Amino acid sequence: MVLKSKKYIFIFLFPAILLITIFLYYPLGKTVQYSFTDYSEWSPVFNYIGWENFHRLFTDSIIGKSLINTLILLVGCVVVEVGVALILAVLVDSIKRGFRFFRMVFFFPVVISGSAIGLMFYLAFQYDYGLMNNIIAVFGMEKINWITENSAMYLVLIPVLWQYVGFYFVIFLTAIANVPADIYESAELDGITGFKKTIYITIPMIQEVIVTSLGLVIAGSLKVFDIVFVMTNGGPLDASQLLSTYQYQQAFVYNNQGYGSAISVLIITLGLIIYIVTNKLAQQKEGLY
Amino acid sequence: MENKNKLIPVRGIYKIKGSKLITYIVLSLWAITTIAPLVWIFINAFKNNDEIIGSAFSLPKAYLDSGTIFQNFETLKRFSENNIFRGFKNSLIMSGSTLLLILILGSMAAFVLARFKFRFTKAVKAYLVASMLIPQFAVIVPNFVIMKNIGDIFEGFQGSYLTVIIPQVAGLMNFAILMLTSFMSGLPKELEEAALIDGCSIPGIFTRITIPLTIPALVSVGIMEFLWSYNDLLTPLVYLSKRNMPVTVLISQVQSLYSTDYGAMMAAIFITVLPVLILYFISQEYVIKGMTAGAVKG
Repeated sequence: MVLKSKKYIFIFLFPAILLITIFLYYPLGKTVQYSFTDYSEWSPVFNYIGWENFHRLFTDSIIGKSLINTLILLVGCVVVEVGVALILAVLVDSIKRGFRFFRMVFFFPVVISGSAIGLMFYLAFQYDYGLMNNIIAVFGMEKINWITENSAMYLVLIPVLWQYVGFYFVIFLTAIANVPADIYESAELDGITGFKKTIYITIPMIQEVIVTSLGLVIAGSLKVFDIVFVMTNGGPLDASQLLSTYQYQQAFVYNNQGYGSAISVLIITLGLIIYIVTNKLAQQKEGLY
Repeated sequence: MENKNKLIPVRGIYKIKGSKLITYIVLSLWAITTIAPLVWIFINAFKNNDEIIGSAFSLPKAYLDSGTIFQNFETLKRFSENNIFRGFKNSLIMSGSTLLLILILGSMAAFVLARFKFRFTKAVKAYLVASMLIPQFAVIVPNFVIMKNIGDIFEGFQGSYLTVIIPQVAGLMNFAILMLTSFMSGLPKELEEAALIDGCSIPGIFTRITIPLTIPALVSVGIMEFLWSYNDLLTPLVYLSKRNMPVTVLISQVQSLYSTDYGAMMAAIFITVLPVLILYFISQEYVIKGMTAGAVKG
């Protein structure tokens, strides 16, 4: 059946398209526009100042710090989330008992809000009563002051990884389950089993899913905000500042909307560049198999 | 499967059990890391400070003995500025409305994309897919200005629930439309064709035939959209007035309010997390399917 009534096409589709245009596409353009202005304090009057905000990005030492931290987060996510998730998926796929239990338990952090997780890990790393100091006390060790300028960035990385490993685990698990059984059977006849089977058959067979997941991990790591905002708010002394938390700070705490928008543009550009590069690399790699 | 294992010769059993054992140990270790922090929070939500510091892993005793097991939750109620229970109500109202609007507007749009033929079908789909790549950070400042401008015209709009509902509906709807479109496209067309021949109007076909058939997809998409909306921190943090704040925002401010009352902080997490976990345990299959299918949203 092919319906053609123009009237209903308009009535049914219009509200959705209108909302998406007004609250996603229009503001996206506006952000780019604001990034070339001295917009601040939500004042209705602002001037165009050319590339000044972008020059400031290069001289702002906190931007440097946030950029490095964002990249640390990105690399951590790529290596640990994808790596651990892949190992767990291969292992869970190999067992019969407890399959559903492990899938349920590994995935549930994904549904919890980032702010609750942020507070949870903030509490876990507290000196007096934190979970971590409780655990090391069991082993007779001295309490540690966990969140310091040197450690903060690595400590906020833990809950981010903790939350999302389960997500990629489920994606990989589904992909592995979809590998045709006869491929494994013929491999087993050739004497390829266990660890070798994983390396030479499972991973190449789900390569496409892994590449897609890498894209998702990268896009996701640029969006991390809640957990860091609640756990350290970018501190101490900007040690765990990310581009996202710094953007929020500039736009809504220091009320520099122009400069904040320039940081948004930086985040979008960074995302696009990484997206294009990984896509290129993935295409080149595909040729090898 | 059970019987098959028993028939394997003795040496074989050892071999299988050895590698299986390591597998189970590794999996159990990761399971402990995901469960332990929650158990720690859930137990300590019912303890006073001394107990939390002194015996973190034991079951609650002091409050239980004195019959005031919900003491920490009572404490949370006392702060009128930051009442987690009111926050929870706010969360439900906003996420519920967001979910409802998304499902209504989203299924309408999906119905057109799945069943109508017109020149711009492909373009509209591309427009939707591309909109999923726009991060919250790229739109938050201009949207704040839009909200302020609407607030200047309509009194009472600024800081109201609507300031969160509208941008969330706009930002999360693209996922629902795309998922529902692909589901509706797969539905058999015979029923709709028969209804059309019998003289049923297009809105009638939509509400009486397409929607009832789409219910499984609506549930799956609905759970996802609800979770995203419920867990969102940035949108309410930026647009809402204090009274209307949802749990996610309140919980982000808990450290400064109850900084010395550890039990109360744990209780706050307990209240925020418990409903989501219950929803998850009831609808696990739907959640896992929906989340991974909509992976692009992350």
